[in-house]
Amino acid sequence: MDKRIIIKNGRIIDPAQGIDGAGDIIIEGGRIEEVLVKFPEAANKRQAALKPNIRDVRVIDAQGMIVMPGLVDMHTHLREPGFEYKETIRTGTMAGIKGGFTSLCPMPNTNPANDNPTVAAFVIKKAMAEGCSSVFPIGAITKGQQGQELAEMGLMQEIGCVAYSDDGRPVMNGLVMRRALEYSKAFGFPIIAHCEDLSLSDDGVMNEGPLSTYLGLRGVPAAAEEVMISRDIMLAKLTGGKLHVAHVSTRGAVELVRRAKNEGISVTAETCPHYFSITEKAVMGFDTSAKVNPPLRTDDDVYAIKNGLGDGTIDVIATDHAPHHADEKSLEFDRAPSGISGLETALALSLTLVEQGVLSISDLIRKMTINPSNILGLDRGTLKVGAVADVAILDAGSEFIVEPEKFLSKGRNTPFRGWKLKGVPRVVISKGRIFDIAGWKQ
Amino acid sequence: MMTKELLSKQDIDRILSRISHEIIEKNKGPEKLCLVGIQRGGVYLAHRIAARIESIERVTVPVGSLDISLYRDDLTLRKKRPIVRKTDIPFDISDRSIVLVDDVLFTGRSIRAALDALMDFGRPAQIQLAVLIDRGHRELPIRSDYVGKNIPTARNERIDVLLEEESAEEKVVLVSEE
Amino acid sequence: MPKDLVSIKDLSLEETESIIDTALSFKDVLKRDIKKVPALRGKTVVNLFFEPSTRTKTSFELAEKRLSLDVINFSVSSSSVVKGESLLDTVRTIESYGVDYIVIRHSSSGVPHFIAGRTRASVVNAGDGINEHPTQAFLDAVTIKEKKGGIQGLEVAIVGDILHSRVARSNVDCLIKLGANVRLVGPPTLMPLHPPAGVRVFYDMNEGIRGADVIMMLRIQLERQGKCFFPSTKEFFRYWGLNAERLQLAEKDALVMHPGPMNRGIEIASDVADSPQSVILEQVTNGIAVRMAVIYMLHG
Repeated sequence: MDKRIIIKNGRIIDPAQGIDGAGDIIIEGGRIEEVLVKFPEAANKRQAALKPNIRDVRVIDAQGMIVMPGLVDMHTHLREPGFEYKETIRTGTMAGIKGGFTSLCPMPNTNPANDNPTVAAFVIKKAMAEGCSSVFPIGAITKGQQGQELAEMGLMQEIGCVAYSDDGRPVMNGLVMRRALEYSKAFGFPIIAHCEDLSLSDDGVMNEGPLSTYLGLRGVPAAAEEVMISRDIMLAKLTGGKLHVAHVSTRGAVELVRRAKNEGISVTAETCPHYFSITEKAVMGFDTSAKVNPPLRTDDDVYAIKNGLGDGTIDVIATDHAPHHADEKSLEFDRAPSGISGLETALALSLTLVEQGVLSISDLIRKMTINPSNILGLDRGTLKVGAVADVAILDAGSEFIVEPEKFLSKGRNTPFRGWKLKGVPRVVISKGRIFDIAGWKQ
Repeated sequence: MMTKELLSKQDIDRILSRISHEIIEKNKGPEKLCLVGIQRGGVYLAHRIAARIESIERVTVPVGSLDISLYRDDLTLRKKRPIVRKTDIPFDISDRSIVLVDDVLFTGRSIRAALDALMDFGRPAQIQLAVLIDRGHRELPIRSDYVGKNIPTARNERIDVLLEEESAEEKVVLVSEE
Repeated sequence: MPKDLVSIKDLSLEETESIIDTALSFKDVLKRDIKKVPALRGKTVVNLFFEPSTRTKTSFELAEKRLSLDVINFSVSSSSVVKGESLLDTVRTIESYGVDYIVIRHSSSGVPHFIAGRTRASVVNAGDGINEHPTQAFLDAVTIKEKKGGIQGLEVAIVGDILHSRVARSNVDCLIKLGANVRLVGPPTLMPLHPPAGVRVFYDMNEGIRGADVIMMLRIQLERQGKCFFPSTKEFFRYWGLNAERLQLAEKDALVMHPGPMNRGIEIASDVADSPQSVILEQVTNGIAVRMAVIYMLHG
């Protein structure tokens, strides 16, 4: 890593500290050394900071750009071990960096599943050796994600898992979910719930409604998600465990979370960019790149998601980055796997919320940095002095066209192909290591 | 209810001295002797007698305590179970002469129970009995070898032996219902 | 004393203390050469065990014989219950044999209460479902009193499967009555969501046994593993097992107790079970004395 880095002239936005103003950041030894938010003091200090006798100094002029904490994605699929043809930890973290993410939390639905300390240790070791950013694995709740027996969550936490989820699958048995939430209290980690009642979603492949009828595709009703959210919220209330609801996609879901929070139940929620950017209409033409679980919903749901983001009901925007091989998505709609490769479009899509007035830029950044970091008990998502130097320097106005062929992720499956979006990270610093995106260098 | 003091502390002291001498005399010395007091009054008396024998003959006589609750013949007839106290006989009683010590000899049933209990501990060479007060009204053929004082009583009267180990004032009183 | 011993909750402090003191006296009988007293000669007791149990049953049987009772053992597998006779009919039949005491263990909570009101015999609860096990609590109290001189003000940590343990529940009742400070320690999945009043709950075992005078380990019922109470015995031992290192966190001469049978290496390390601080074997001896005291004190 470069020993000393000075980022000057940028607009520093760090919601964790309530900072939004022009200033400089000085990084030394992989950690934030100083955050100087006001000129002309900054000018004087900057002079002092440019100690001429230190060799490795990199100065980045962030004029006109936003300097923010590196993003934390608390829901992503890195596919390693077992599905390296879809993505590896190396390619996944690279895609993350390009998208402004310096911390990724991969879900355990690998092969073998991350349901024991050995696999967890493998993931962490691989990430240290080959990853470009920090990786905090999410372990499985149950062995093999079968929903029957609890995984050794305590031992896995000691290895480095930060939360537990059977994502990809729900925990169908209420007693098992109850035990998971209870057990978590001894260790303090959250249980992340993929809320889907399999008996209701059955073999549905898109949102159930007039459109699914029109297209002749089997539908997944909103109720399949809401029934489970309801159950899990009540279990959270009963047990006192920490519940985090993954990928909220419906109005009903948002309302359930809102009501639970009002009651003081310990529940947090996330949504993904596709749930506030597109609707089920994207499925028309049987485009498998729009096949995702939970499915894309209706305009009304999108509206409710945005409201939920705006009033704080939804705490986090996560990507649910789910890369698949092109061959797999080139199957008939019923057989294609669900998932969108989202790391490289998430930030830009989320910035549209700022443009639409749904969120301030500061609140948006909060939902992608300090909020997920706090939920998982990480020390990231902030630029406070002494913090690990995870920084993203964003050119918010810069336009680009979404070209999946140019993705760093192996997964090219995205319904946003050809979209014109704004917001490109120019430089991303992860643990003090500088990544110049797309060869951009000052 | 009427209470009449029968013996004062001094009287009790003198009686115990006499009994101690009698025990020594009858057994021709304290060598093979041991004392076993019946809970609770008998235990205190047994210790006092042992102390006196020791001061007279310069020989330590072992003392044990015996709780007879578990051998009573009226155990399951009473409404409330008697409290079981400590039985501690820290020596082998086989082939020894035991002097059983109790405060009041009345129907003789306690002594019968004590004899049964002792037999479960071994086979003594002989068992003698020393009591502070014999109030008569025997219901079993039991008699005491050493008696402090014979006090005839009516059935409905009661003799209370108050010893300083447990009471403020040491004396023996006769309690009658009026 | 009441006719039956069904629940510690029914006993006053005086009654509880007198059982403990009487048990200590009965220990003398157990040290004698002739371990028998004629106290309850001619009385009859039936040991009615619907749940398999070698230890408790043997302990009761010995206690009964030491008191000179006539003992009948009624074991379920070979009995008319299997033929479909109701519990109440079984009890009535037994009563017609002229028994004075019924010592009963059953897998359903509340059975001793049920039969106590319907029979003239004195009923002793030897364990009902996940509810109570009064004699176990008494023998634990006797053990503690003997070693520590008293119970008031002691810090007692009960560790393990609290949720399903009648031993834990009876101990909580008894120890609180006697003035101890009780801590319940274990994984949240094995802890009742609504613990009894007056106890402190710890999920962190290190904090839970810090400064404890007595550590009472409970047996982990391995049959329960299938129902998601904890992921593996390895993880259980790591976070809630009593090993020598953890024992250091307690008071220097803290007692290590266990109702038995032990799962060495799962809830308790072997070296701790065999250490000088362990009073596990004394508990067994005291069990007989306690059961003698209980039967002695009830009215047949």
